[in-house]
Amino acid sequence: MRFAFTDDQLAITEAARAMLADTCAPADLRRMLDSETPLDEARWSTIRDMGLTGMLAPEASGGLGMGLVDLAGIAEAAGYFALPEPLVDLAGVAIPLLAGLEDDRGWLARAVGGEIVALGHPANPFVADADVAAALLLDHEGEVHLVEREAVALTRQESLDPFRRLFRVDWTPAAATKVADGWGRSADRAALLAAAQMIGLGQRCIDMAVAYARDRIQFGKPIGSYQAIKHLCANAQVKIEFARPVVQAAGAEFCLDTLPARARIAHAKIVAGEAADLATRTAVQVHGAMGFTWEVDVHFFLKRVHALHRAWGTPAQHMATAIERIGTEPTGADCTFASELA
Amino acid sequence: MKLEYTEDQRAFRSEVRAWMEANVPDAPLPSFDLTREGFEAHRDWERRLNEGRWGMVTWPKQYGGRGLDLIRWLIFEEEYYRAKAPTRVNQNGIFLLGPTMMEFGSDEQKARFLPRMAAGDDIWAQAWSEPGAGSDLAGVRSTCTRDGDHYLLNGQKIWSSRAVFADWAFGLFREPGSERHQGLSLILFPLTAEGVTRRPIASLDGDLQFAELFFDNVRVPAADRLGEEGEGWKICMATAGFERGLMLRSPARYQEAAKRLIALHERHKDGLPASMAERVARCWMDADAYALAIYAMCSRLEAGGTIGPESSTNKIFWSELDIALHQTALDILGPRGELTGSAPDAGDIGDWLDGYVFSLAGPIYAGSNEIQRNIIAERMLGLPRK
Repeated sequence: MRFAFTDDQLAITEAARAMLADTCAPADLRRMLDSETPLDEARWSTIRDMGLTGMLAPEASGGLGMGLVDLAGIAEAAGYFALPEPLVDLAGVAIPLLAGLEDDRGWLARAVGGEIVALGHPANPFVADADVAAALLLDHEGEVHLVEREAVALTRQESLDPFRRLFRVDWTPAAATKVADGWGRSADRAALLAAAQMIGLGQRCIDMAVAYARDRIQFGKPIGSYQAIKHLCANAQVKIEFARPVVQAAGAEFCLDTLPARARIAHAKIVAGEAADLATRTAVQVHGAMGFTWEVDVHFFLKRVHALHRAWGTPAQHMATAIERIGTEPTGADCTFASELA
Repeated sequence: MKLEYTEDQRAFRSEVRAWMEANVPDAPLPSFDLTREGFEAHRDWERRLNEGRWGMVTWPKQYGGRGLDLIRWLIFEEEYYRAKAPTRVNQNGIFLLGPTMMEFGSDEQKARFLPRMAAGDDIWAQAWSEPGAGSDLAGVRSTCTRDGDHYLLNGQKIWSSRAVFADWAFGLFREPGSERHQGLSLILFPLTAEGVTRRPIASLDGDLQFAELFFDNVRVPAADRLGEEGEGWKICMATAGFERGLMLRSPARYQEAAKRLIALHERHKDGLPASMAERVARCWMDADAYALAIYAMCSRLEAGGTIGPESSTNKIFWSELDIALHQTALDILGPRGELTGSAPDAGDIGDWLDGYVFSLAGPIYAGSNEIQRNIIAERMLGLPRK
């Protein structure tokens, strides 16, 4: 029993974090919006060169052969910087799905190399990043179909999050496009990684609120010296502190594929979403009227949380999984870990 | 990251489970906060635990422990609560003073106090708060005046848990004339010493959970000061870290309560709205989240880390969770939820109600949650003090 990341895990997370700190500041986000670029080519090639896209791909396919828990720290960092590019969905969901196919038609290697394969999973009504994708994995009555970008028609669906480009995809399924009978555990992977991103997003909001509260003077002193402001920030931090270990545990137990392991993912998604939601609203409140402006960066993070909180299974759906787990599997102090219930 | 017990850890769990099954009393012991008999029954339980060498498993063997790591301590606690074993009457000693003495005490003090603490021979109370120094603990006025190789203690303490029946206490006293965080010393004294007067205070449920203490030239050897003279504040803060963050409230307590809550809901769910299942699930999630956070914390401590301001996040979380657990149970029980255990038709309601009333103290003791929020804001997040 060791609930801690290894030095290797910490090192790769730190490297990704440092890269994003350099390349994905709010000014970079604003520049992307102004220039209407869907994807920052320089940043994406850095991400690819670092091997992040292929973290979960088998080494034989040019990947790093790591596990979902290893990617959780990267996903948290991606959230912290509100990374616009679809690294998390590609590396954490599309690539493992491609790697599990009998015949990936060459797309696993292409995805590891940084070509985007978008996900039309039935959990979500629309497909994110379909316009920049080279291919799409789409659902037809539960089957997975692999379709190239040219074979589909896209209709943009504007998200509150300006960096999330959602599309309705019109396409024609055929026997030749079918690549798998089902999606396997793609939704679990995606939910866990959305939770990890929300931890990062929430922490960023608290950090922004704290930075502002240290600087902003009212009644002759920083507003952060008032208990009303302190307690807002502290309450949000407490929520984060008790969501992060749940996300980490859910990542570490992902491989078990039992109801207790799946319920931990549901738990992680619910509490990370709630923690991030509180953190975003706290950041708006602490910034006062400035928090409601386009000029202050808080809204980028608030909008991403808003989207991720309801993507890959709603809180109500995940709650149903948690309720099923406590109704059918043993609970109590000796049942914390899914490995004890296998 | 390896969230699986080793074979040794599983074997240890089996050993604890077998001992608890053979030794935990069938009927609950009478309250230790109401009568001398109840208190002594709990002391007898502490002695029995010690005979099995379960007094404090993390302590070194020579002090009555087993020298085990914190993961095994968590396993021990899980089995302890699973077996519904009696609440530890000596929790102020074993969970607060013990770890503090391990860090700051002399070898002579450790040898003199710890084995008796582990055995239940000395039951300890905490004597920190004063009428004018609650949240603002640095405002204590009680004094320790040096007199050769002794101190003379004078002043008044309040809210001393267990002090009505306990044997010893550890108190925070200041050198006359010193102010705030300076000049404080942590001094151990027998509650039976000449010049100590104890006055029980009834809590809102009628228990005698704490006492007021009055000191009139109480003579204590200087050898019973823990740590250096004037270092009392630093030592108390270390104790508070153990108290809030780890030892006082192990996650198993809440996980077992959540398990009972799930069973209660299962028995009553016909006729309850579906939203009640969600409240129950939330209690289970929070209890498990606390456990996961503590496993992460213990893994960090085993790797050489220290308890920081996250002890304050823990304290807020477990105290609020405790209220939610009991409130949910009482809401499931509906209008019967006002019955005390002595009502003829109360059934199992009494325990939930007692637990609920006790949970109301959680956001206050061990440092009020408002103070914890200040600590998180200032020391964890870096917001300005003033």
